[in-house]
Amino acid sequence: MAEIIVKGGFIIDPTRKIDGDVGDVAIKDGKIVDKVSSSAKVIDAKGKVVMAGGVDVHSHVAGPKVNVGRLFRPEDKLLSGFCRSGMAQKNGYRMESGFSVPSTFKTGYDYARMGYGFVMEAAMPPIHSPHVHEEIHDTPIIDEAALPVFGNNWFVMDYLKKGEVENTGAYIAWLLKATKGFGIKVVNPGGTAAWGWGLNCLTLDDPVPYFEVTPREIITGLMQANEYLGLPHSMHVHQNDLGNPGNYQLTLDSLKLTETVKPKNKFGREQVMHSTHLQFHSYGGTGWGDFESKAKEVMDYVNKNKAITVDTGNVTLDETTTMTADGPFEHHLNGLNHLKWCNVDVEMETAAGVVPYVYDPNIKVCDIQWAIGLELALYAKDMNRIFITTDHPNAGPFTRYPRVIKWLMSRKAREDLLSSFKHKDKVIAATTLHQLERELTLFEIAQMTRSGPAKCLGMSNIYGGLAPGMSADVAVIDLNYKNMPGDPEQIEKAFQRAACFIKSGEVVVKDGEVVSNGHKKTVWVNVKMPENPQVTRDITQSFTKDYTVDIINYQVRDYLAPHPYVIDVDVEA
Amino acid sequence: MPKISLNMITQRSIEEGAAMEKGKTNPDYFDACSICEMHPDDMKKAGIWKNTNVLVTSECGSVIVKAITATQYVPPGLAHIRQGVWANQVVPPRTQSTGTPQYSGFPVTIEPAPDEKLKTALQLVQGSVGLWKGGQ
Amino acid sequence: MPKLIKGVGCPYCGSSCDDIEVLVSDDETRILEVHNACIIGTNLFHHANDPTRPRLPRQRQPDGSVKEIPYEEAIDYFAKTLLAAKKPLIYGFGSTNCEGMSAVGRIAEKAGAVLDNCATICHGPSFLAMFDNGYPSCTLGEAKNRADVVVFWGCNPMHAHPRHTSRYSIFPRGYFTQKGQMQRTVLCVDPRETDTAKLADHHLMLDQSHDYELFDAFRTVLRGFDIPEVVAGIPREKIKEAAEIMKKAKFCMIFFGMGCTHTDGRNHNIDAAISLTRDLNEHTKCSIMAMRGHYNIAGPGQVWSWQFGFPYCIDLTKGSHAHMNPGETSSIDLAMRDEVDCFVNVGTDAGAHFPIQAVQHLKKHPWITVDPNFCMASEIADLHIPVRIAGVDEPGVVYRMDNVPIQFRAVIKGLPGVPSDEELFDMVYERMCELTNTAPIWLAAKEDRKYPQNPAVI
Repeated sequence: MAEIIVKGGFIIDPTRKIDGDVGDVAIKDGKIVDKVSSSAKVIDAKGKVVMAGGVDVHSHVAGPKVNVGRLFRPEDKLLSGFCRSGMAQKNGYRMESGFSVPSTFKTGYDYARMGYGFVMEAAMPPIHSPHVHEEIHDTPIIDEAALPVFGNNWFVMDYLKKGEVENTGAYIAWLLKATKGFGIKVVNPGGTAAWGWGLNCLTLDDPVPYFEVTPREIITGLMQANEYLGLPHSMHVHQNDLGNPGNYQLTLDSLKLTETVKPKNKFGREQVMHSTHLQFHSYGGTGWGDFESKAKEVMDYVNKNKAITVDTGNVTLDETTTMTADGPFEHHLNGLNHLKWCNVDVEMETAAGVVPYVYDPNIKVCDIQWAIGLELALYAKDMNRIFITTDHPNAGPFTRYPRVIKWLMSRKAREDLLSSFKHKDKVIAATTLHQLERELTLFEIAQMTRSGPAKCLGMSNIYGGLAPGMSADVAVIDLNYKNMPGDPEQIEKAFQRAACFIKSGEVVVKDGEVVSNGHKKTVWVNVKMPENPQVTRDITQSFTKDYTVDIINYQVRDYLAPHPYVIDVDVEA
Repeated sequence: MPKISLNMITQRSIEEGAAMEKGKTNPDYFDACSICEMHPDDMKKAGIWKNTNVLVTSECGSVIVKAITATQYVPPGLAHIRQGVWANQVVPPRTQSTGTPQYSGFPVTIEPAPDEKLKTALQLVQGSVGLWKGGQ
Repeated sequence: MPKLIKGVGCPYCGSSCDDIEVLVSDDETRILEVHNACIIGTNLFHHANDPTRPRLPRQRQPDGSVKEIPYEEAIDYFAKTLLAAKKPLIYGFGSTNCEGMSAVGRIAEKAGAVLDNCATICHGPSFLAMFDNGYPSCTLGEAKNRADVVVFWGCNPMHAHPRHTSRYSIFPRGYFTQKGQMQRTVLCVDPRETDTAKLADHHLMLDQSHDYELFDAFRTVLRGFDIPEVVAGIPREKIKEAAEIMKKAKFCMIFFGMGCTHTDGRNHNIDAAISLTRDLNEHTKCSIMAMRGHYNIAGPGQVWSWQFGFPYCIDLTKGSHAHMNPGETSSIDLAMRDEVDCFVNVGTDAGAHFPIQAVQHLKKHPWITVDPNFCMASEIADLHIPVRIAGVDEPGVVYRMDNVPIQFRAVIKGLPGVPSDEELFDMVYERMCELTNTAPIWLAAKEDRKYPQNPAVI
């Protein structure tokens, strides 16, 4: 493969503490190297910022509920934005469609245009894993992995009720292999299982009907199982009582469950819990009337506890499509907005709901949600432990990351928007954003979107940095580090369309246009451990009695993930 | 000649499914699908003897099928031809702007045609597009 | 020694049973016995043994006869016909795998075609209702493990999905339904006394095509209002009784079928059914599911939604973006308005299953049929290209009626020289690229097969 040298850019690489030094990035055979020969292709990055490819820790981009969102929202296509140009058509690039839930082709192209190289699909129902992999297969350019959901799985609840962490671990190991999954995702632990009967778990101690295990036991047990296995990523949790006023107390209580668990892995990961889309979990008040931000209270705790990483889940004030394995929440949301409602309860494993949602800037609550997402980042002390997401597409589409970056980097940008709100005064009263003067630096943005998430996922040796040996995912952003634009819109514009993006050592985007369908990979984690006869027996029995598919047709076949990158994890007996 | 106006539906049956998977030129398919199920009272009104041929005419065409008493009970006023080649000779292609034709719930007249012969599937379909080379 | 293969998926109805056992000959070329399948599935597997199965494309000659031609010639004709057409219609996909559906997307885009599937004449109205009202549903295992009240509305699984009731809906003993049928109350709403109605505890024999009124009556009763003495031919007391049963259920499961989508009201019937389901969720847990007809007819809805954003009636002729408007871009309407100038029938039989007038309109232009067997669509086609049979001699992913993906396997070896749908479409795509002087562009995953020397890098 050809050699490339990205010359003369302002390099920002938090993994090596490089902040704006002018230099070159050399690439050979898909990796970053010390130097290349004089025949290397030259990319001129003079006067521009050079960063590693973006790493998205949490995004719903492939799988059954994402596709429900596409299927049942033809109107979302009206907001698709730019369509396939005549040139793209001639060159064979695939047609693009969808705004809040883009087609797989548009997903790959849009991430690449923003300079992102790796995306984590945040919730994979195990029985639907072949579907997830089919979609990943049809998403060009970006590397992807998927987190199977475990928090309402009947095996897990059954083992944890009896306190059997090792059996839980053995089951997780089997399921990761069967689904080609990456790690442990937990969504509304226990609550989604209760939704099978139309119920929910709204506190940490609400027992799951029939299973008589509590969210507290599920969260703790899965963190322990995660560390018992030593997985690259930590347990990744969407907590109970999402989206309700006053839920911050439960959020703090859940976060505190980390205090008894120590990280154990060989991937350099320091946290034992990744708490996702924290914005939805940082609410005060007793109802929508006195709804207010508790971002400071939540971040004060997060800042103190190194065992936690978080992502923001920024509301972007768009019309979007909410989708989550938190089935009871979607039903609840549907009761608020009365739009169309899809639900998919999944046998033995999980559920999902999908509801369109309009975050209307004229609605006070939406504006407060917007402010909370930004406050979380602005209150953070360690930018390597907090990552930018929109919980795509729940709080907004991932294509709004550049806008979030703009708001975080420019007080003027957020103040302009804040002062345009119809209920400006009420929003200011319910939040602290107006008082926050902090403006994040490019280095901090690189931490939040590159080095931080890569470390949190246990893949800091591959993604998120520009050190020799790492995957050659290099984004050139048209911003002058020494002379940043006075107009914050220029920041958004630069991050929206990378001047150049090199993915796995291949130029895939030039001047914001896709120029190659790239060479994507599917990353999954293969846990090697001695067979656990009891767990094997339990699985076999369940497939005979309770499931409606045969176990041999359940496990994802190799050809569905034709470019695997497998991370091996060895567990001693 | 007496005739009767009925409400026609065309739906699946296991006989049709089983025969179709042997092939649509298989005699089983002919037997399964070239029939019209009716209520005995309606047959009586139209002077139709069971297991004789009838002419079914809709707004868009007609077909000869064999009248039988229903294998699954149909009330008076309703008639059923199993989904397939014969049914589709009379199914109106109007879709109410949904894309889906009026496979069920369209008016037909049914009259005795004991001397008319049933056509095969191939004869009907190829015949309708000018490709049928066999006899009548 | 003959070999017994277990856990085989059945490529017939939307139940997509994957507990079939097939005994195949030692050389894996013949199916000897089929266990567990219904009569339809059994016939399907045995039919694959038919020695007269076509092995070469057959092209119609000017005198109306057909002549076998090599695959290269057929592919050339296919590619040229698609490129020459202003608005080709590619339709079918009830009976093939997702790999084929994905591959056809590439040539449809290249040809500027309309892409449509059998849902357009079956559950298309259900899609329309989902666009308006959503779809609170579940996987079939939920019905099996939890449902204590099961409603069959305008569907007749005993005929159309013969093992549905034994595997999922009435008889099976599930996790919370250990007593099986004894624990379930079954309601059937149908204008005929079908074999499913005979199985039901309550049969509401409504006046044909009055489904909307009856759904509305159920909703009215559930909201505590009174209804007329008789609605849709059903006495008030009977409706109240049925509504009460559904409301008191621990888990109520509503299955609906062509009885609702093929008749007056179409999508409005389904819309009302979904609203009823939503209403019931205020009282208990309730799910609804379309009884999709074929083992993978949910497949094109999935594959094309992730590729183009729409499940069916996808007009790609604009080149820049996909456009869907059932009624305008739906196969039957396009045919009746003479809007298409080439018809490609894949893995279905439009010749037998379209209203004959639509067939006559389509037949004015080139007609290409891609199907493993002889059928009506092959016998009126200008070109019939045989392919392997998904689930029999070709593996692949299929989506069951509840959108659960199942990875079907091949049980016998394919006929020598006969390609799969996917391989055929890829060859047509390559030929189209040659003819238009463009480079074929595959997504990365495809390259693995096309260019095996290409290293995966990390």
